[in-house]
Amino acid sequence: MLTEKMELQPEVLEAVVIRFVGDSGDGMQLTGTQFSDTSAMFGNDIATFPNYPSEIRAPQGSLYGVSGFQVHIGSVEVSTPGDNLDLLVAMNPAGLKTNLYALKPGHTIIVDTNAFTKKNLEKAQYENNPLEDHSLDNYRVIQVDMTSLTKEALKDVEGLDNKSITRSKNMFALGMVYWMYGREKDHTIDFFNKKFKTKPHLIEANTKVLNAGYYFAETLELIPNAYTISPAKMAAGTYRVIMGNTATAWGFLAAAEKSGLELFLGSYPITPATDILHELVKHKHFGVKAFQAEDEIAGISSAIGASFAGDLAITTTSGPGLALKGEALGLAMMMELPLVVVNVQRGGPSTGLPTKTEQSDLLQAMYGRNGESPVIVIAASTPANCFDFAFQASKLALEHMTPVILLTDGYIANGSAPWKIQSIDELPEIKNNISKGVIEDWHPYTRNEDTLARNWGIPGTEGFEHRLGGLEKDKVTGDVNQAPENHEEMTKIRAEKVKRVQNYIPDIKTEFADSGDLLVVGWGGTYGSLHSAVKQINEEGYKNIGFAHFNYINPLPKNTGDLLSRFKKIVVCELNNGQFAKVLRINFNGIEFLQFNKIQGLPFGNNELIEEFKKIVK
Amino acid sequence: MEATLEKKYTFKDFASDQEVRWCPGCDDYVILRSMQKALPEMGVKKEDVVFVSGIGCSSRFPYYMNTYGMHTIHGRAPAIATGVKLANPELSVWVMTGDGDAMAIGGNHFIHVLRRNIDLNIVLFNNEIYGLTKGQFSPTSLVGQKTKSSPYGNTQPPFRPGELALGAGARFFGRIGGNVPKDITQMLIEAHQFKGTSLIEVLQNCVIFNDGCYSNITNKDTKEDKQIYLEHGKPMIFGKNRDKGLVLNNLKLEVVTIGENGITEDDILVHNAKEKDPTMHQMLVRLEYPVATGIIRSFEDVTLEEREDELTRQVKANSKFTKTNDLFFSGEIYMVK
Repeated sequence: MLTEKMELQPEVLEAVVIRFVGDSGDGMQLTGTQFSDTSAMFGNDIATFPNYPSEIRAPQGSLYGVSGFQVHIGSVEVSTPGDNLDLLVAMNPAGLKTNLYALKPGHTIIVDTNAFTKKNLEKAQYENNPLEDHSLDNYRVIQVDMTSLTKEALKDVEGLDNKSITRSKNMFALGMVYWMYGREKDHTIDFFNKKFKTKPHLIEANTKVLNAGYYFAETLELIPNAYTISPAKMAAGTYRVIMGNTATAWGFLAAAEKSGLELFLGSYPITPATDILHELVKHKHFGVKAFQAEDEIAGISSAIGASFAGDLAITTTSGPGLALKGEALGLAMMMELPLVVVNVQRGGPSTGLPTKTEQSDLLQAMYGRNGESPVIVIAASTPANCFDFAFQASKLALEHMTPVILLTDGYIANGSAPWKIQSIDELPEIKNNISKGVIEDWHPYTRNEDTLARNWGIPGTEGFEHRLGGLEKDKVTGDVNQAPENHEEMTKIRAEKVKRVQNYIPDIKTEFADSGDLLVVGWGGTYGSLHSAVKQINEEGYKNIGFAHFNYINPLPKNTGDLLSRFKKIVVCELNNGQFAKVLRINFNGIEFLQFNKIQGLPFGNNELIEEFKKIVK
Repeated sequence: MEATLEKKYTFKDFASDQEVRWCPGCDDYVILRSMQKALPEMGVKKEDVVFVSGIGCSSRFPYYMNTYGMHTIHGRAPAIATGVKLANPELSVWVMTGDGDAMAIGGNHFIHVLRRNIDLNIVLFNNEIYGLTKGQFSPTSLVGQKTKSSPYGNTQPPFRPGELALGAGARFFGRIGGNVPKDITQMLIEAHQFKGTSLIEVLQNCVIFNDGCYSNITNKDTKEDKQIYLEHGKPMIFGKNRDKGLVLNNLKLEVVTIGENGITEDDILVHNAKEKDPTMHQMLVRLEYPVATGIIRSFEDVTLEEREDELTRQVKANSKFTKTNDLFFSGEIYMVK
């Protein structure tokens, strides 16, 4: 039933990486989330990485139907979900086959032996049972008859069908892992009580199985309680674990409250952005108007209407949806209305890799509209700072009267991390350009001298009746004016308005070195991977390797050129084929930009980055 | 907003300073003037009115109205207007659109706005042709119609806007000729008063690319014989001599003559625009002789914004959250010291 292949001594670890894998219906996302939340509340720093197929229920046992959830917990700063695994929990042969590559040699696999049937082995394309053919001799394999033990634990619980019994075996695995890492079960039991409030038999069942797994690990004393991970040293404050998409949604809630405007979301479901819609529809108590439209175009169009009518208006989507929204986004740019467009990037082109991450919509965000059509483009870089950049996107849109594209990606949107909760009182003020009172000679295109933001006259207010449109406008009255000089002047004003945002955003700062041999450049969701790789290479004795990570893409921070000129070499690392490198080349002619690109739908691994940096500085 | 109106407007108050640039003789002038005359009768403040349009000749309309307005992109006006109305349900929001804008490029938004029954007013200028792009067939052009993009005759069967609209769940549908300003004004007022999405199809003549397409129906001399102007609660009688009427025969509408074959006025159907079941309204919009005009359907139903308001009220009453901090610091939070 259970075999120990290697002796282990208890040890204190700074960090461990655990991956739970199974069929897409096995509840791996839930198991992983529970473990990471519990660890965060224990005081660990965490980073998570869900990786699941685009099929909702792919054929059982198949290789492509494997769903995984990776969590990195540490007593030290953790900025990525980690590369190599300390523990792999595999609920079936397909999960083992597709994930074994990531496990460090000598480390632990927990398997449900009941799932290693002839049929499942065939589906996973195993010729021999890996639990029997010595192919796992380099690992510590803990074989557990998890399905039968789960059934046994539930034999006295009434009202359960076979399916519910089998489906709760993930809690057996979670119970075991809780015991191994000295975690309390309370958080998860509380979760059952809330989730199954009206189904007490499911509370009982899940709790029993969780306990069974926990005590199984404990009482058989076959697994030493080997790993302790102390709480991490984090800034004092009140924390919660937050997913990137939730943080994005909450950033908008905060911006609406801070600006005193009502929040309007026009959206159409699309992976991996839909969770922002799911979150915002809950918050009618704050007066949020979340409108699920008939398509992507109606999503942004309704938001444009709401913006015209005086709301803080946003629309959320992913790559293909941004393509559909392009024409309407040009209209919002032309009418100079505040609007935030969130693009949670996924693998493209076309339908591409819907559930995988990529950074390949940068050029679409920058240039994907007809005509001269500049908008502000910013990018969040961690699950938690999705909050900050959603807030900042709203602030820039309202204060500069322009659309803002906020780029996140599937990796940070679905990943979760501790978030030091930002009280609304600590957030900066958000101004707006709404015209009020009686203004002589009022015109919609009279501009603020500093920002060039135009007047915002809201329907319902007397005296500011005006017509806007997609046709070129007179530079003052906003009436249709297609005169040659006026068009050129308006084109330049619209560009200048976005450029002047430079005066309102922070300078870019480097980490680890201010000048030197190599500057590692990244943007958006790769912050964690790049930060930890540059940190590690500096710790290994390489000096003068700096790191600059961009959140502001259009416009770039004012000091960008100065910063770039202080390093001998620059490598731009992106999960695309070199899009930000292109943007930098356009802006900084004469500087050589090396590229390191990965286009596999996966985040950067620590080792591949370090190897690359070493090659460059050698 | 209607009860507290202090200002008395005239049609001039609603005319903007922009020069109107439609072709001389276009029915669009009639619709514009009818609207400018209707608005003072509606008891709505000028600053509470928003016109939203897409692309096409009809879509220039907002520029000529001294209210709030948006001339947007092709086909999207219903979606943009939906955002305006949801953001501020107090506004009187009008979508001005054409047959191509509403039923070709904007077909999806058109059916969904009708389905949702948000309190918007849509005026559809149907001239059965693309005017602004200079004469291609539209989704309401007839089979065989020769246009610049169908020189040998159009092979695509048309939509009837009313049929499509009722199929999509329209609660209010009116049809009116483009040459009867007083009737248009009256219908606009009734559309404004109707709670829910109202759609008016104006049979609008394009003098340049499809001149005379409705002349058989709308000419002064023939219209009484070719049209049946429907009024709620009144018998479906038409004709110069008021001697023709509609009866139901074998589940089909049939034209009969009063006084012939023993038919009396009592045998004639009575128009019920407020009937929930749209079956009879569908038959009426499909009639080719006579062509039904007037308000064909006017069934009052719960609107989208009423449903949203009610839900918001309930959620607010049952929620412990009033400020975002209540949410941020709720649930599973922990302290780091």
